[in-house]
Amino acid sequence: MAEIRIRGVAKTFGSFTALHSVDLTIRDREFLVLLGASGCGKTTLLRIVAGLETASAGEVWIGERRVDGLAPRDRGIAMVFQNYAVFPHLTVYENIAFGLRMKKLPQAEIDRRVTRNAELMHIEQLLKRYSGQLSGGQRQRVAVARALAMEPAVILMDEPLSNLDALLRLEMRAELKGVLAGSRTTTIYVTHDQVEAMSLADRIAVMNAGRIVQADDPVQVYRNPAARFVGSFIGNPPMNFLPATPAGPGAWEVAGLRLAGPAGAAGRIEFAIRPEDLAPAPEGLAATVRVVEPLGPHTLVTAEVAGAPFRAVLDSDLRVAPGDRLTLAPAADRIRWFDPETQEALT
Amino acid sequence: MTAGSSPAAAPAPAAPAPAADVRRAGRWLFRAGVVFLCAWVLVPIYLLMVNALSAPADVTGFPKRLVPGFDPGSLAFFLRFQGVAEALWNSVQVAAVTMVLSIGIGAPAGYALSRFDFPGKGMFRLLVIMTRAFPLPLLALPLAVLFIRTGLDDSIVGLALVHTTLALPFAVLITFSLFSGIPVELEEAAWTLGCTRLQAVLRVVMPLALPGIAASAVFAFVISWNEVFAAAVLTIQNRTLTAFLLQSLDVSPLPLKFAGGAALVIPALVFIFAVRRYLFAMWGIANR
Repeated sequence: MAEIRIRGVAKTFGSFTALHSVDLTIRDREFLVLLGASGCGKTTLLRIVAGLETASAGEVWIGERRVDGLAPRDRGIAMVFQNYAVFPHLTVYENIAFGLRMKKLPQAEIDRRVTRNAELMHIEQLLKRYSGQLSGGQRQRVAVARALAMEPAVILMDEPLSNLDALLRLEMRAELKGVLAGSRTTTIYVTHDQVEAMSLADRIAVMNAGRIVQADDPVQVYRNPAARFVGSFIGNPPMNFLPATPAGPGAWEVAGLRLAGPAGAAGRIEFAIRPEDLAPAPEGLAATVRVVEPLGPHTLVTAEVAGAPFRAVLDSDLRVAPGDRLTLAPAADRIRWFDPETQEALT
Repeated sequence: MTAGSSPAAAPAPAAPAPAADVRRAGRWLFRAGVVFLCAWVLVPIYLLMVNALSAPADVTGFPKRLVPGFDPGSLAFFLRFQGVAEALWNSVQVAAVTMVLSIGIGAPAGYALSRFDFPGKGMFRLLVIMTRAFPLPLLALPLAVLFIRTGLDDSIVGLALVHTTLALPFAVLITFSLFSGIPVELEEAAWTLGCTRLQAVLRVVMPLALPGIAASAVFAFVISWNEVFAAAVLTIQNRTLTAFLLQSLDVSPLPLKFAGGAALVIPALVFIFAVRRYLFAMWGIANR
């Protein structure tokens, strides 16, 4: 059992606050992705769990043990680094065996674990090579095999795919997902790539400016952003936002269109809709087309609604040209509302 | 100017000509500078070699030879000369102790500078270099008094201590750049794989740093090997080779001087040449 509980973890570097009292529980065998832009504190949080960084406040629990006072070696974790950190003076075999030798396992067991994990990562033919003779992708495989060979309770991954080229990244992503699902370890995976996060995660924790904004399963995070930031960060293209003014109880006017919205809110709020939840209709938001980008399965239209840029993903059979006027109707059940003051979602 | 200039540009070549002249002159100046500097270093070494490898009679005779006679006479004479063997052995001992002390103290300091942030780090780096700002003659008298009081005078260890202070700044700077070149992630990976800080240094950092540390050790050895002043002031009976030669400069014959000079220069040159890559690194990534 390796549930990870992060309780009130904060980190300051001088006058800069990298983490504001973070609370997060990662369930046993869960694959949790920490997602955020660079500088949001996701790597700092991961390094605090690993023990490579000390928290300024708070507690970290792995299973039934409080680990925030322990050295990395005593936490039952293994880590995969962004730049792989494969030891250049050791062969691939010795790299994978490194942690096992530190544990003083018998040679037969070391052999068994190295062979098994090398096979799992398809690097069994490279065992006698040095890291200088390996490609980036192969080094990445060695780093993952080395972590898995420890048979840790928790695997921590710090942007493990970001140094690979696009094609290799796709391939490794699918492979990692399979391997880690099979290993039944608890995983925390840090990335700034939302596609990677969506495709790998059981649960995504979206971070912004040292706080966890939302931690939920990928579809929830996508469909029901808890905050304006999540909607604008996740999705490519991101959510569209328009100001809404009150038009009677539970009714709001958005760029001249009357829509049913939250009843409890007062004053100005924000209307939000994903680009793919729009369709041309007789009645809707009046949009002037600016740019048309045919993408094959669909066409991305960048338009202007009430003077603000507005994107719509439309059927590629639709013929539109820059300068055209469209009326775009939002799908009623996909409309979301945000409070511009607190940035939080309104219901 | 390229030969294939178009007819339209034909009236123009008057303008770029001075620029080309300047460029050509600059190139000549550069070449002359290179030749001068090479000669500055190589000619004395060449003369030293020619004379050290010639028979004593040729060395003192006239006209001078430009090609060495490859006669071991001068060297044999030098090695048999009273006190030379002892001085050579003293030099080796002092240099060896200096080497061990410099690396023993310098490498941990270099590691600390590259891995930790601590208050006064910049000042510390400055002070390390500042130790070279004091001329040794200024320190020699108080040092001699202090050494006599503590009984360190005229001893291998005493002289090695002084040489260590001379070699230490280089040891610190070279090892600092060396450790800075080894990614921290390698150490962190070792920690997560079950190493303590010390084990990570021994199992991961040291194997990678060893060639550079050896180079830094050789450099410390050479600094001690070539040092004259402190050796001459602080030793009387147990003279190193440099101090011994300095002392007998007036009284010894010419072949002895040349052979002695060669005996000092050759090991230093060979060592420095062997480790030059690491010494350049000192100026390369040390500027962080």
